[in-house]
Amino acid sequence: MTVKTLTLDGKPVSAREDETILDLCREHKVPLPTLCHLEGLGAVGACRLCLVEVKGSPRLHPACTLRAEEGMEITTGSDRLKRYRRQIVELLFAERNHVCAICVVNGRCELQDVAYAVGLDHVRYQYRHPPTELDASHPRFMLDQGRCVLCTRCVRVCDELEGAHTWDVAGRGAASRVITDLNQPWGKSESCTSCGKCVQVCPTGALFEKIQPAGGTVKRRDFLTYLKTAREKKQWIR
Amino acid sequence: MNAEELQEIVERELARQETRRHRVAVCTAAGCLSLGSDRVKAALVRGVEEAQLADEVEVFGTGCLGLCEAGALVQVDSRQADGHVCRCLYEKVTEARAVELVRQHLAGGAPLPSGQLPLDDPFFARQHRVVLQGSGVRDPERLESCLAAGAYQSLQKALTELTPTDVIAEITASGLRGRGGGGYPTGLKWSTVHKASGPKKVVICNADEGDPGAFMDRSVLEGDPHRVLEGMAIAGYAVGAEQGFVYVRGEYPLAIDRLKVALKQAERLQLLGNRIFETGFNFRIDLRIGAGAFVCGEETALIASVEGRRGTPRPRPPYPAVSGLWGLPTLINNVETFANVAEVIRGGGAAFAAVGTERSKGTKVFALAGKIARTGLVEVPMGTTLREIVFDIGGGIPDGKAFKAAQTGGPSGGCIPAQHLDLPVDYESLVQVGSFMGSGGLIVMDETSCMVDVAAFFMEFCRDESCGKCVPCRAGTVQMHSLLQKLTHFEGSEADVAQLEELAELLKATSLCGLGQGAPNPVLSTLRYFRDEYLAHVREKRCPAGVCKGSAPAASAGAPAAEVSP
Ligand SMILES: Cc1cc2nc3c(=O)[nH]c(=O)nc-3n(C[C@H](O)[C@H](O)[C@H](O)COP(=O)(O)O)c2cc1C
Ligand code: SF4
Ligand code: SF4
Ligand code: SF4
Ligand code: SF4
Ligand code: FES
Ligand code: FES
Repeated sequence: MTVKTLTLDGKPVSAREDETILDLCREHKVPLPTLCHLEGLGAVGACRLCLVEVKGSPRLHPACTLRAEEGMEITTGSDRLKRYRRQIVELLFAERNHVCAICVVNGRCELQDVAYAVGLDHVRYQYRHPPTELDASHPRFMLDQGRCVLCTRCVRVCDELEGAHTWDVAGRGAASRVITDLNQPWGKSESCTSCGKCVQVCPTGALFEKIQPAGGTVKRRDFLTYLKTAREKKQWIR
Repeated sequence: MNAEELQEIVERELARQETRRHRVAVCTAAGCLSLGSDRVKAALVRGVEEAQLADEVEVFGTGCLGLCEAGALVQVDSRQADGHVCRCLYEKVTEARAVELVRQHLAGGAPLPSGQLPLDDPFFARQHRVVLQGSGVRDPERLESCLAAGAYQSLQKALTELTPTDVIAEITASGLRGRGGGGYPTGLKWSTVHKASGPKKVVICNADEGDPGAFMDRSVLEGDPHRVLEGMAIAGYAVGAEQGFVYVRGEYPLAIDRLKVALKQAERLQLLGNRIFETGFNFRIDLRIGAGAFVCGEETALIASVEGRRGTPRPRPPYPAVSGLWGLPTLINNVETFANVAEVIRGGGAAFAAVGTERSKGTKVFALAGKIARTGLVEVPMGTTLREIVFDIGGGIPDGKAFKAAQTGGPSGGCIPAQHLDLPVDYESLVQVGSFMGSGGLIVMDETSCMVDVAAFFMEFCRDESCGKCVPCRAGTVQMHSLLQKLTHFEGSEADVAQLEELAELLKATSLCGLGQGAPNPVLSTLRYFRDEYLAHVREKRCPAGVCKGSAPAASAGAPAAEVSP
């Protein structure tokens, strides 16, 4: 495997050809907010938080899908990028109903973490407060559409790791919603194995376990790396 | 089929046409159809039979004849005693008129004295028809008729006289650029796919055409489907593909029907299929019907849709030329792009490049709409000025009103104000003035159009058509639209205008695909040229054009329906 050399925020770094810019950022402790990406799942480049500048390219590129290439010069934290990231998080907060104080993941929410990371202290955009639904039909889990950021992690984990493909996205634009089966209540789903993977990978309070009170939900993501290494490298280590 | 057999069919058809005194083409495209052209056609056929003229007159349905507002249009080509063909184009034909037409013109031989469009009118005379040359000439439902008019001769030439590299060289020399919007050099795209490595390759024709007001691609498919299929087959030969797909939206039933007929006929004569023209080249084309989501015109979303998945874009690279349909190197071109290919091969790249401007070669089809005297479809050389298109060809603005702006490029385009009327219309010039070629919609606005309202219209379109995958577009178009609505309801402030601009920058820079990246353009271009109108809405609570009435926004405040349909 050939090794590439490039610069990350001015520092020379080396990369394997299968590594993404996001992998390099993580490796070199360069802080870069992400929401749709999760180590172990296929990357979709949807939340646009990890956008970086590549010298010589007029476009911005999502670090999570961008492969390292020889001689690349990457900037991760220009003022422009910081401004965009903040705007994107603001848009997410304005889009649905985020009332952290009464949320099951308050204090343990990736959307909150990202908001802190981008320095968000207030939202300037109009809150949309769309009417959203709560699906409590599953015996163990709940879905609160009001907290969903449409990162599709649940869709991907259920499809790529559990192999059930219970989740999908229906509708388009702001009317997009995650659905189970053909938009049937989750509790009636014949494909769901109740494995709970979707609940664990959901970055927000959109998917949670029924028994947990506000602020009580702790999500465990490490299982994903475990399963991934187990599958790909046949090593059963954490 | 080989060259001799083709020649035989052509001669037989030409001889057949010689025996016909009149060829009657009835526009059965959407515009005329809505004015009852199918009944007109039926009346003509019936009339011809009753008058026992079936051996002398052929009646066929065709694609858009151009001047849709004067529909239903009927074109009559009459063969004079000296062999010369004389053309009459009848406007506003009704069933009653059709009966008259049969009696007087077809049976009697004397054209009707009234109801004819003057063919020397600049609307017709100033056009340069390449892509549309077959409309009204070729019977789209009879392959023989198309062959007689030259269909598949370029394919034969390519397969028997040129190597794939030669074909690509001709396309490159022609300077042909993608007519789907961005204007990417077609030769470069073909050569990339040609060089891409893979056991199989695919050619896709993008016939999704979702721009509001646009119907250029549809017209080509309805009027001359074989021209597109031929272009695709030549492309397949050039890039090394044996399989093609036409991705056409389900809202185009006539285009779909005619494509199906055309495919079947071409396959039967082995102009598509195996060992085309008795060479080693095989090429099959299949149809894929889209459900009609605007975003499915975006290449990667289109590919996902053909694969049977939800049609949403994905980040590029990898580009489809490297990894497209099922991971295979994939060539995607627009309908009009493919429709130009036969012409390039027929006359050579250099001859094609003689028309147009320095960097935009050939012709472009525009759909003229809005506040313009002659609405319809026109094909003009690249570089024709906006003034010529709007005033000479389009007949100017009706009711003595003043021209205000022309909107090109659909939801990713912008408004061009009067000061740029002498702009030569080509890819670069349009971008320079903050607009975009797009697929060819051209909407003319006069003093009674409010530019803020126009911006709000296009933003609403993008909001509704956003696929919802990425945050800036999904949530940003909603915010932008609601800000624009505040303005049109006289409830906006200067801070709202600033926020609008800030969001415009965000969407342009960070959206995943062209829909979100282009969505701010109508806003930015109207702000650039008509900022005073925005300010009048904000400061004086007044709409200079008198369009916005300032009624309170509905309770939903522009929130799209929250329904979910699986
Ligand atoms: C949102 C969006 C919609 C599009 N719709 C169409 C379309 O309807 N037809 C089309 O030919 N190209 C459309 N395009 C452009 C295509 O993605 C693509 O660039 C084009 O088909 C390439 O062909 P060309 O090089 O011949 O222009 C669209 C692009 C975007 C971003
Ligand atoms: S999901 Fe996160 S951001 Fe949203 S309400 Fe819950 S804690 Fe707050
Ligand atoms: S619990 Fe498991 S099977 Fe059920 S939807 Fe979630 S990931 Fe899929
Ligand atoms: S439910 Fe959770 S994991 Fe699924 S899309 Fe919404 S936020 Fe993402
Ligand atoms: S820009 Fe809009 S249409 Fe394109 S991927 Fe993002 S949400 Fe979908
Ligand atoms: S993490 Fe890269 S776009 Fe979401
Ligand atoms: S639809 Fe008949 S002329 Fe355009």
